[in-house]
Amino acid sequence: MTENNNSCCPPAENPAKPPGVAESCCPPASSEQSCCSQELITVSCCPPKEVTACCPPRESQAEIAGYSIYPFVICWLETPIGKVPQVSTQLDWADRRGSWAMRWGIGREHYQVTPGIYAVGQPDKKSPLLVSANYKLSFDCLRAALSGINAWILVIDTKGINVWCAAGKGTFGTDEIIRRCKATKLEQLVSHRQLIVPQLGAPGVAAYKVKQETGFSVIYGPVRASDLKAFIRDNLQATAKMRQATFSIWERLILTPVEVTVLRKPIFISILLLFVLSGIGADIFSFSSAWQRGLAAVTAGITGVISGCVLTPILLPWLPTRAFAAKGALLGLISATVLYLGPYRAAELSGAVSLYLLVIAVSSYTAMNFTGSTTFTSPSGVEKEMRIAIPCQVLALLVAGLLWIGAAF
Amino acid sequence: MKTGAKKKNGLIYLQDVTTLHLIDEKCIGCGMCETVCPHRVFTISGRKALITERDLCIECGACSQNCPVAAIEVKAGAGCASAIIYSWLTGNEPSCDCSGSSGCC
Repeated sequence: MTENNNSCCPPAENPAKPPGVAESCCPPASSEQSCCSQELITVSCCPPKEVTACCPPRESQAEIAGYSIYPFVICWLETPIGKVPQVSTQLDWADRRGSWAMRWGIGREHYQVTPGIYAVGQPDKKSPLLVSANYKLSFDCLRAALSGINAWILVIDTKGINVWCAAGKGTFGTDEIIRRCKATKLEQLVSHRQLIVPQLGAPGVAAYKVKQETGFSVIYGPVRASDLKAFIRDNLQATAKMRQATFSIWERLILTPVEVTVLRKPIFISILLLFVLSGIGADIFSFSSAWQRGLAAVTAGITGVISGCVLTPILLPWLPTRAFAAKGALLGLISATVLYLGPYRAAELSGAVSLYLLVIAVSSYTAMNFTGSTTFTSPSGVEKEMRIAIPCQVLALLVAGLLWIGAAF
Repeated sequence: MKTGAKKKNGLIYLQDVTTLHLIDEKCIGCGMCETVCPHRVFTISGRKALITERDLCIECGACSQNCPVAAIEVKAGAGCASAIIYSWLTGNEPSCDCSGSSGCC
């Protein structure tokens, strides 16, 4: 804490929502600590139970009714452009819970940080200025990677989308950076004229246009935030390794829950459909066979989803062939074999063939959808494989359906 | 064409599909494409950019977006099946609901 900073409390009379301020009221903090410590603290929009050491009473500062301060804001730094929230570089349980929820696809549309300027450590006019997306997972990842560093973070409005995807859509883009630079009066905040932009933001950012419009040079930082400290230490030089996108087994594994959860609606509808189809037979419709045969069909369908959404991503580099649909189909064949040689030995041939085809088609389709989550697929390549794979998958499903109904007669 | 270490761990996609095109006469050898490419497709040699790993290109568009002399052309987009299905069904540009799906950075 600098000597000229005497407040941990929220800013000013600005009617617009300043960075560092969340939108809703939160319950009073359970663990109020010094607002000036580097430790994690929880603040709330409600008056504190007691006033701690270096903080003046929060009511004396201009809080904005209806807003709360983000729990990761430690202090407010006085700067030439006004008060700037200083954020913690440690993630607390709420950050981790939020990150876990994102991985399971819960509330992904609203996991955002208010755009604007933030501080890490005690930055001054010479400190590096980093640009980030306003997806909270991206922001958390960045601040956690900056412990021990003094830096400014300019959060731009990407509608809560991560840097890479937002760059592809153009929301992490030249225009937004230019607009945000001008609105934030960065030239008064820092004496240098360099913006560190994540390399994966480059598809949306034309560095030379940002320079023309704002006077700030775009320096592309490393692909991974974890390399930022080394990058800053080496005078903003990235090694070849830092510039290379990876897709390690852990990077693939953490994507698998969301692969399944985004499919929950089609999965639910498919399960209903499979039960109905399984009831059709010589007696027109039989509830007991809908249940019994339906369970077998649903088991096959779920096996296909697990094979395509979970096993294929994990085993990706070791599966032969390059097309994802083919990788998924192959693994579907293996999964179906494991399943039907084990507990679910099918009674008759046409039923068994039908369930095999179902597992393979579902596994192939869901594996193909994983292309969107990878770091190494091109749209031309995906389109090429889809033109062959989708007709095959549809055909397999049709044949599976006909055989399944036929087997009931 | 050699594909270096990436081929060894199997993370290489379909060959001969990329729409990447470098207009050699326009290139001023600034090296921006080499800097921004997440798959090290370009090498700078003798004040000119060279495409040395064409099959690693994912058509993200970072190089053409950052080329100050418009020497790189690529039909940029996301290599994402659901985006392409959306495009087929609606006739719009490919677009996916991919918030958060590419890791944390």
